[in-house]
Amino acid sequence: MITLTKYSKQYGSLKALSEINLNIPSGSLTFLVGPNASGKTTLIKSLLGLVKSTSGEIIVNGITLNGNYDYRKDIGYVSQIANFPDNLTVDEIFRMVKDLRNKQNNYDEELITSFQLESSFNKRLKTLSGGSRQKVNVAVAFLFDPKIIILDEPTAGLDPVASSLLKDKILKENKKGKTIIFTSHILSEMEELAQNVVFLLEGKIYFNGTIKELINSTDQRNLERAVASIMNGAEK
Amino acid sequence: MNTLLKIIKYQFHDLSRSKWIIIYTIFFFLLSYSLFTFSKDLSRVLISLMNVVLIIIPLVSTVFGTIHYYNSKEYIVFMLSQPIKRSTLFLGLYIGLAIPLALSFVVGISIPILFNLGNIRGGFDVLIFLFTAGFFQTMIFCSIAFLIATLNENKMLGLGIATFTWLAFSAIYDGLILFLLQILQDYPIEKISILLSMLNPIDLARLLVVLKLDISALMGYTGAVFQKFFGSSFGTILSISSLIAWTVIPFLIGIRKFSKKDF
Repeated sequence: MITLTKYSKQYGSLKALSEINLNIPSGSLTFLVGPNASGKTTLIKSLLGLVKSTSGEIIVNGITLNGNYDYRKDIGYVSQIANFPDNLTVDEIFRMVKDLRNKQNNYDEELITSFQLESSFNKRLKTLSGGSRQKVNVAVAFLFDPKIIILDEPTAGLDPVASSLLKDKILKENKKGKTIIFTSHILSEMEELAQNVVFLLEGKIYFNGTIKELINSTDQRNLERAVASIMNGAEK
Repeated sequence: MNTLLKIIKYQFHDLSRSKWIIIYTIFFFLLSYSLFTFSKDLSRVLISLMNVVLIIIPLVSTVFGTIHYYNSKEYIVFMLSQPIKRSTLFLGLYIGLAIPLALSFVVGISIPILFNLGNIRGGFDVLIFLFTAGFFQTMIFCSIAFLIATLNENKMLGLGIATFTWLAFSAIYDGLILFLLQILQDYPIEKISILLSMLNPIDLARLLVVLKLDISALMGYTGAVFQKFFGSSFGTILSISSLIAWTVIPFLIGIRKFSKKDF
């Protein structure tokens, strides 16, 4: 369970998030949506402690974040852009992360297999394409069977095959009770995945509920028009 | 094995295969090899070696260090999303960069020296000071590089500041001191000039090496004052402490900023 109470983040004079109250229950699949610069990435980075709070508090699985780091052992994170040291091989990246986190017995290597990463195990990272690097990034996040998985536009660099494999995996892990937070601008992904939608606008939560409720609240025919009408409304 | 050592281990794996590190090692090898081949006069070889070392090491450490940090940005974010303490990561990245660079220098220079052991007789103390100087230059300027990169999000600006910092320590500072000494030549300023050279890590390292060579006699009265000061055990301890301070202070400021930063 993740709880944000009156959470604000300011970069200089720019308010990225203002007084957010949000509750993400365990086992839910939450879709974060909003226009560019609405604060999605800041919110996600706050959960990971990458961004320091201006005010308010965040509690992840009962632990209040205050610069501590141990709680992150329960979180798998997929960033928008992946990059690793150029001269390490794919295999070494996996071994490194296994090394860094405490050893466990059962690794979830399903994505390594389905992305066919074994064939590039001996390749150096600098020789991989952006998409292949992103595959490594995604596979690492799932490797530890974490309770919470946070994905920030993970499908942006992936080909359709890999991206549908990832979405299948997300649904499967969610059924097993994992908490999943996902951001994307692709609305078909939202229709496919989201149980719960959190709509961010200018650093505030504009809407929090199911897709159906979202469409109903705007009197539009479908999701795309509903989302567009909210974004338009915000601009006016 | 603790987290710090693991981070360092994989940094080593990465950098030991980096073509730049390999080129850097070969450069020192060729430099040292050719100097030993062309000259039989040991103190000349050592002086030339020192002059190049004290220009190249600060330059490569600052510029390569800054670039290395900027290139590792996404990797840093990735590592910080793992259960790793920020200060541990910073220390790991720093040691993982500075030690391979220092090793490049030591290995590159040592091989030709091993072949010329017969020549060296009596020059061992100078050599040890030369290695110490090179080691500290690497540690100091990597530390400064990480500080600059941590403080500046903008890569071009960071690189510009890094290059200027190198230029300031290796040329501008000396120019200013010469100018100052020229103006104040009628006053007894030896003590001040000792203090001023403490404030520049490159000068400090140069003095440490030069004063071990016979040529310091050529430096006149100031040289004699320097010899007296740096030759004493108090002077040596003070200058080594000053080199350590030059390593530790930028590092500590860097690690503080790194721990408070938004990524």
